[in-house]
Amino acid sequence: MKHVDEYRRKEVVAELAREITAKIDRPVTLMEVCGTHTMAIHRHGIPDLLPGRLRLLSGPGCPVCVTATVFIDAAIGLSRKYGVTVATFGDLVRVPGTWRSLERRKAEGADVVTVYSPLDAVSLAERRLDRQVVFLGVGFETTAPTVALSVREAKRKGVRNFSVLVGNKLVPPALRALLQDEEVNVDGFICPGHVSTVIGARAYEPIVDEFGVPCVVAGFEPVDVLAAVLWLVEMVVENAPRVRNAYTRVVTDDGNPAALECMYEVFDVEDSAWRGLGRIPASGLKMKEAYGKFDAQRRFDIEMEDVPDESGCRCGDVLRGVIEPTECPLFDEGCTPQRPVGPCMVSSEGTCSAFYKYRRK
Amino acid sequence: MCLAVPMKVVKREGDKGVAELEGVTREVALHFVDAQVGDYILVHAGFAIQKVDEESALETLELFRSMMEEGLLEAGDAS
Repeated sequence: MKHVDEYRRKEVVAELAREITAKIDRPVTLMEVCGTHTMAIHRHGIPDLLPGRLRLLSGPGCPVCVTATVFIDAAIGLSRKYGVTVATFGDLVRVPGTWRSLERRKAEGADVVTVYSPLDAVSLAERRLDRQVVFLGVGFETTAPTVALSVREAKRKGVRNFSVLVGNKLVPPALRALLQDEEVNVDGFICPGHVSTVIGARAYEPIVDEFGVPCVVAGFEPVDVLAAVLWLVEMVVENAPRVRNAYTRVVTDDGNPAALECMYEVFDVEDSAWRGLGRIPASGLKMKEAYGKFDAQRRFDIEMEDVPDESGCRCGDVLRGVIEPTECPLFDEGCTPQRPVGPCMVSSEGTCSAFYKYRRK
Repeated sequence: MCLAVPMKVVKREGDKGVAELEGVTREVALHFVDAQVGDYILVHAGFAIQKVDEESALETLELFRSMMEEGLLEAGDAS
């Protein structure tokens, strides 16, 4: 049965690719902004199915990849200066800061603990009352409510040795910043499936209204991605931009109101530094005054000044779709998944990593 | 990364639940989703973020499994 399904799916994929080729009448550049899309697209060889006039870019869709160097430096600083226990999602530990990664810091003897859920970090603090536990809050709108809820739980339970270094970011403001960037040329966005599960498809309407660029929410199967590409090409060709949802089996118009409510109960919106993209207005979250005791930045009085990256890494240009990973002088020449220089090579869902795995010539 | 894994709710007590995926069970926070025992949910960072029907749950599971097999995901990856 599975075999038949797979065969049929291949037929649908081929049919969608044919329709895209038939519809496209000009060069069109589309960008996805979701690390899981990056992986899915390259794994299934989707770029090879598309006509030459269609460029498919991978934008800043990997939360780990856009986490600013200064954030990693601050986490390491907390560990060095205050001896805190750093609790973090696993995919952040290999990301290089200015001097070292958390993985290196751990090898030096620091207490760096990988957790599956932010609530695990609260439990860790409850078990280790002799230590300050700082959770590293990274991730987009999919993750931010889970971080917010862990803060709410810590407050409810009176866990005084738990705090969060907040680095969570918002996707729509980054899309707006890309469209305002003169070097960036994007005709439509493939919008992230699970971020949209939380924020809802309607969250992209202001972008369509302001910039006239169509947005389609997509799932992760090749058929999902190609359906989104077809709709975007149609809307570009017909000059009829709007938001469409190609992932209705999971994403609703309004998202998850309970998750959003929790997120905005705990966090305020502020400007935020994205690695490679610079400071983007109203694109990050910070702890509200009412939860200030759980804000690691306030508790430990640490500064997070933007620092220039001097490694020669061009992740920023890759994330904006200005260059392909292979155009970076470090790609495969000193920067590999085994010894990454930049975050796009560190994370398995980074564009450079996906290129290295699937498209290296 | 923002990947969410489909699981089936096998127990619920208030906002806390237990969900199952291929025989492996794990605690799951149900604050954001009104899911009952037997429902499929998408789980991200230990939280249910959406209730889904069985068909789309199984389909997402297939993608997740193949990525695990290719070593693209590790158990701790959740951001």
